[in-house]
This record gives sequence, structure tokens and C-alpha cells, in this order.
Amino acid sequence: MNKSILNKKLLGSLLLAMALSACKSTPMVDKPAAVEDKSPQTAAAPAAPVAEASADTSGVKEPVVSGNPLTDPNNILSKRSIYFDFDKDTVKEEFRPLVEAHAKYLAEHGNAKVVLQGNADERGTREYNLSLGQRRSVSVKKSLNLLSAQDKQIETVSYGEEKATPNCKDEACHQLNRRVDIVYDGE
Amino acid sequence: MQAQFQHMKNLFKLLQPVLFFAATLISTASHAALEIEISGGSAQQIPIAIVPFAHSAAPSQEKIGDIIAADLRRSGLFRVLETAGVASRPSEVAQIKYAEWSVLQAQAITVGNVTALPGNRLKVTFGLADVLKQSQLVSMEYNIAPNQLRLTAHKIADVIYQKLTGEGPIFASRIAYINKTKGRFSLQVADADGVNPQTVVSSSEPIISPAWSPDGSKIAYVSFEKKKPIIFVQSLTTGQRLTLANFKGNNSAPTWSPDGTKLAIVLSHSANSQLYTINADGTGLKQVTKSGAIDTEPTWSPDGKWIYFTSDRGGNPQIYKVSAFGGEAQRVTFRGEHNLSPHFSPDGKSIATVRRDGGKYSIALQDLTSGQVQILSEGGQDESPSFAPNGRVILYATRVGGRGALAAVSSDGRVKQRLSESGGDIREPSWGPLLN
Repeated sequence: MNKSILNKKLLGSLLLAMALSACKSTPMVDKPAAVEDKSPQTAAAPAAPVAEASADTSGVKEPVVSGNPLTDPNNILSKRSIYFDFDKDTVKEEFRPLVEAHAKYLAEHGNAKVVLQGNADERGTREYNLSLGQRRSVSVKKSLNLLSAQDKQIETVSYGEEKATPNCKDEACHQLNRRVDIVYDGE
Repeated sequence: MQAQFQHMKNLFKLLQPVLFFAATLISTASHAALEIEISGGSAQQIPIAIVPFAHSAAPSQEKIGDIIAADLRRSGLFRVLETAGVASRPSEVAQIKYAEWSVLQAQAITVGNVTALPGNRLKVTFGLADVLKQSQLVSMEYNIAPNQLRLTAHKIADVIYQKLTGEGPIFASRIAYINKTKGRFSLQVADADGVNPQTVVSSSEPIISPAWSPDGSKIAYVSFEKKKPIIFVQSLTTGQRLTLANFKGNNSAPTWSPDGTKLAIVLSHSANSQLYTINADGTGLKQVTKSGAIDTEPTWSPDGKWIYFTSDRGGNPQIYKVSAFGGEAQRVTFRGEHNLSPHFSPDGKSIATVRRDGGKYSIALQDLTSGQVQILSEGGQDESPSFAPNGRVILYATRVGGRGALAAVSSDGRVKQRLSESGGDIREPSWGPLLN
């Protein structure tokens, strides 16, 4: 950019700023729409009834149920993200055990429901990425279905690139954005 | 030439205190409006003198002449001349001493007057004259409420622009966009010059894909406030909103039919995105595509017969078209790694797309008759193109320093503008129809 263009631009924006600041508070001809705050309620119920810890069963050798298997960090069910290759919706072999564990849980808990939230990296348009994320969540759903989870237990949705880490500089960063998150009803 | 240079120097001296004052105002102004940077311009700009309007009415904050000048300058088709050095201040065409203005090499001159009317109304008169022919080109009179002064200025700018360029009106219109600030998403509507932004709806969850109804009274959009994409239609006059589509899976990509009675939308249910149409009141859902591939980003042709959309049925995302009543789809774009997000020019002769080449996304314009394609933006992460009401400018989303900003380019690629807000991350622009 040469200097004279820069100066012109500067002058232009200054003059414009004068015009704008001189007249910033005029109402529109149409009545402005009411500002609605539609932020959702965030009160989340616990995912499933937490089994009571048996603290005072002295001497009895029963297995101690430590808590909700879905949130127990030692349980594979607490792992909720499945990652995908670029432009792909195939569930990779390394995520098989995770998918199988959730399918088994759903098959054994007929009332449990999950939402599969698809995600995409930020490259491309927002709406197309919404559809790409959806395709990934459908792919995970099919895997769950094959392992006996029922249709009525699963909703597939997508956030597209809306939850992606912005301004990724490398593939490792993009990779983390191409995923499906498994969210149980009430979480 | 030397005299002119001397004149410029004097002018700069004259302006210096004003410029300093303006610089201190920018920080406050930036909260109220988008800042606009302009680059490029038509090879032959029309030199025009805009004489400050006589405000014989009560002192007004609005400087009509400044608003008109800013509009014309932004188009890139005009060179707005400095009038400070000219002694006379005509406010009607009959008072113009043409010799004074031909010295400035003005081709056209505008004059005007704002006077008070009974009942808190204002009368705005305006005239446009040809300096070479020394004759009036047009004159107008508006009887308005005081809060319509800005809109009236934009309308006058449109009259001048139409008369001197032959193009349709553009300035008396609004834009919608999403502003993400401090983790909150707001759908905002501002005048086309970025002034006077109003929040339509805001949420801590994402909002995307705002779409104007053809009459400009409503906006459809996608909100994730219920942890999934749902389509709402909201009135800009009453603020009332309707849940247009909340089916299982995703509900997204709304776009209005030209007559405003229907919308094309995208639903996924439990599978891939497919196109549907639905009445504007949420009844009468009909499926339009059944491909099994991704079909999304619908847009109606201005004659209402076709829906153009993005599909990856051929392996990569490209633009296809299908009858608005369904049937076989035909491929429309063949060049570029990807083509996405089609938007029609108002005359129906071309489409703007987001095109990917070498991994970079830019705005492209495809002539539908010849198939010729022109790349209009430098490329990076440009997306979300939409046409000005007269088709001469395309507004789109870009990124500057890792943040979202809006940009606009003339449909011949010559004039570029960038609109940004300090501290804000702005995306998903959509240019609305002309205001009445």
C-alpha cells in the first residue's frame, strides 16, 4: 500500500467518523426490535442417579460403587469425544472401544438418551460446516445402532464450526475441532 | 494546478483542528457504529460539489450534506469536492453561480434546505444541477418527522447516484450481521453505512445465518440457544418471534422466497442435511431434495422458480440447482476446488459463491449465461456473500487479525471497503432490501 492511499483512507475514515459521530443517536424509521435475551437456562440435572457410596459397611467385601460410570474418570464411558480426519466421517479404529462402551450402556439402559453433537473445523462456510458436523454425528449414530442402541435413544445434531477453537495455525489444532461429542440427556 | 495545490494546502490548514477533534471522537463513535475503510475506486469518478444544506429549522445534529457525501464517496464512483473555499452557499438551484463551481471542476452540484413545519415536522428540499450545462437535473421535497432525517439523506444520495450513474438505489437500506463480543452473540441491524446498530436478539450460544424477508420487516435466523440449531423468524417492528422449524436434528440455513410467503430451509432429522420448503408461518413443510449427500445453503432465484444450493453429491461441495417444487438437480459450478454458499444478484443474471482454491476461500461471481467467473476478494476465510439491493456491491465476511470483520466489494471488483468494530468479532452479514 503506498502512502497516498493510506492518507486518503485515513482522511476518509476521519471525515466519516465526523459524520457518524455527529449523528449517532437517531432512531430508525422502523421501530427497533425489542432486545430479547434468550439465553438458555443452564441448570443441568445430574446425568443419572448417583449410586450411594456404602461408607459404613465395615468388614463386608462388597465392591464399592464409587459413582456414576458416565462421569467416573476411570470408566471409558467418561470419554465422550470421537475425532475425525479432514473431510472424513469414518469412525477410526482407535475409537471403537469408546463407541462400543456407550452402545452397551445405551442397550442396557433403555431410558438413557444421548445427543451426538457434531463439530467441524473453521475452514469453509458456517452452514456447510454445520452439515459436515452432522454427517459425523450420523456416522457415530450408525455405529451405535449396529451395537444395539435404539434410534429413539439418539438425536444427532451439529454445532458446525461454532464451538471450534478459532484461528488454528496447524493441523493438530484443526484436528481437535473435527469431533463428535456424546452428551447424555440432562447433562 | 499550482493554485489548486495552494488551495489544498490552505484547506488542510483549515481542517487541522477539525481532524484533531475528529480523532478524539473516534473512540466514542466506534461503539455506536462500524468503522469503514475504503480503498480503490472507479477510474472515472464524478466530481461533485455538495453544498452544506441550509438548516433554517431548529439546530439539528444531522448534517445532511455530510451523510450524502459519505454515501457517494463510499460508492467509489464519486469524488466529493471540498466546498470550503467557495464563498457562496446556495440552498436552491436558482441561487447557484455556476462559474464559481466550474472553477472547482465540479461536474454536478447539490444544494438543499431544511425548514421547520408545524406539528414537529421538517421540510427537506434538495436540487441537483449539471455545472457544465448550467441546468437543473432534479429537485425533490420531503415532508418528514425529525427522526427520518438520516434516512432522507440516504434517499437523496440515492437520487443523486441514480441520476448520475444510471444505477439503482442502494444507500437507503440496512444490513444485518452477528456481533460476538465477550462471549455473547448478538444479531444486529444497522444502516447500510454502519451507523445506528440495534440489537435484534442476543444469546450466550451461537446465532448464525440471518436472512431478511423481502419486505425487510422480518429476519429469519438460526439460534443454538436450546443447544441445537433451531430456526426463528422475528419481526423487526414488534420484536415478536416465531419458532419456524424445531424438528429432531438440525434446523438451519433459512432463505426467503422472493414473494415472502415461504422459506427454503435445511433439516437433517437423523441423517444428512436436505432441502425443504416451509410456509412463513411454519406450516406446509415439503421436502425438496432426497440425495443422501449433504444438500444445504439454499437460495431462491429472483423469479422464484429455482432453488440453488450447495451439495457434495459429486464428491466435493459445488453449486447445484433444483426446481423449487423438487425434482432432478443440475450442477451449476465446475471451476474451483469447492464452491459454496450461492447468492443471487437481484437481476438473476449471476451468483456470488464462496470458492476454495489452494485451500483459501474467496468470493467469486459467476455469470449464469456465459459461465464466466471473476474472483472478487483476495481470499483467506471470506464467506457469507450478499448483494446490495441494486446488485452493484457484494457484502461479505472476512477476518482481520484473527477477528471477524465485514468487507464489501463492487461487483466489478474495483472498489473495496472494510467495516470493523473495535473489540467486536463480526460475521454473517446480510444486506437487506431498500427502505420505503
